[in-house]
Amino acid sequence: MNIPENLRYAASHEWILVEGNTGLVGITDHAQAELTDIVFAEPPAIGKTVKAGDVAAVVESVKAASDIYAPVTGEVIERNEAIEADPSLLNTDPFGAGWIFKVRIADAAELAALKDAAAYREQIGA
Amino acid sequence: MRTPLFDQHLATGGRMVEFAGWEMPVQYTGILQEHKAVREACGVFDISHMGEFFVSGTGATAWLDGLLTNNLSSLPIGHAQYTILLNERGGVIDDLIAYRLGEENYLLIVNAAKIPEDAAWLQKHAAPGVDFTDRSKDFAALAIQGPQAASVFEKLFQRPMPTERNRVEEIQPGRAFIATTGYTGEAGFEWVMPATEAAAAWHAALDAGAVPCGLGARDTLRLEMCYPLNGSDLSPDRTPLEAGLGFFVDLKKPAFIGRDVLIAQKTSILPHKLCALRVLDKAPPVRPHYKIYVNGEPVTETTSGALSPSLGYGIAMAYMPPAYCDIGQEVEIEVRDRRFRAQVVKKPFYKKP
Repeated sequence: MNIPENLRYAASHEWILVEGNTGLVGITDHAQAELTDIVFAEPPAIGKTVKAGDVAAVVESVKAASDIYAPVTGEVIERNEAIEADPSLLNTDPFGAGWIFKVRIADAAELAALKDAAAYREQIGA
Repeated sequence: MRTPLFDQHLATGGRMVEFAGWEMPVQYTGILQEHKAVREACGVFDISHMGEFFVSGTGATAWLDGLLTNNLSSLPIGHAQYTILLNERGGVIDDLIAYRLGEENYLLIVNAAKIPEDAAWLQKHAAPGVDFTDRSKDFAALAIQGPQAASVFEKLFQRPMPTERNRVEEIQPGRAFIATTGYTGEAGFEWVMPATEAAAAWHAALDAGAVPCGLGARDTLRLEMCYPLNGSDLSPDRTPLEAGLGFFVDLKKPAFIGRDVLIAQKTSILPHKLCALRVLDKAPPVRPHYKIYVNGEPVTETTSGALSPSLGYGIAMAYMPPAYCDIGQEVEIEVRDRRFRAQVVKKPFYKKP
């Protein structure tokens, strides 16, 4: 199970890559494996304000719809249109081409509530 | 409950889910991949959760013809027939496959969820001289489906697969049966055997090239063919005529339970018809119980739905008022408070290229 060291993790299985005051958000390898074949993805609209812990996006597998939660509060400044065209990117490259949105982080203090790779690894028992 | 293949499912990487009280694999490697394996090569499904009822004795044919919609007296021995068990209101108790093993000798393959109800119904209507036995626990079954099923069959049985659909062979008298039937729209066969022989059969099927497939692919494959799923598309409150299964109803038979209601429906307008809907917009996968609107008014809900793996667009079925059942009728399907355009299309959704 791939759990990159340079990311922060939410207990709800999203990752965030912090670059200055922005964060790139996606779902973890563990999450995509649990969701199975993802056939639909809807990243949030640019300009939308997402709140830490609230639903920011939806992905759907053949069998179920799953909410994706924002790991931090902030404004959506980019959305990954590639996953709308090819939702399987979430399965094949969850930490790369399968990213979901980029957020301008409103309060960097929220990052402290997220897990590092070791803590997330422990959570999923990997 | 577990089928005799439970350990094999775990060993093969099956992701187990609850289905009708059974722990069944929804998938092994992935639903899309398994769906494709059946459309393009060959898949094997554990269908041991389904029920096996044996019916025999003088009068068995007449008895079953009084309980089932299709015509067994005209079915040649060694053939299988899709048929429907109705309640007195003409509603569907179960849809099943009847194997005619002899003049007065049958094997019925019924839905897992309905084994107790079907058995109770048949007991309740028992006829003297006709022996009915529920042997579901003694039997396992595999469905082997796909364009390469014939090659799997040859490896398993060292002879060609019967080319005719709905053929039944008793490969070991009273113990093992094959029928060229299925629930996927592909060529293939179903193999019923003693539960104790299931593991060996499973491994033999995998060795012969069949890909293990779970209930997820079984559902998308059958929905692409508009094959109804009892409990979703069929119900005790809907008749087979409403479900579009008139082909499997022989109203010329003098009597069977539910017939009067069907005759009455035949001479008036059906209250609803099960329609096939193709989603026109790019939309999230449609699932059961999504609301359907016509001209802005809610009229019904989906009974089944999926993003068709073979076709790449959303598909669904729904009981629609007859006024909205014409091919091309536009409707809207609501997904999470948003409505997406869809239209009534001809069944089935998927036709072999």
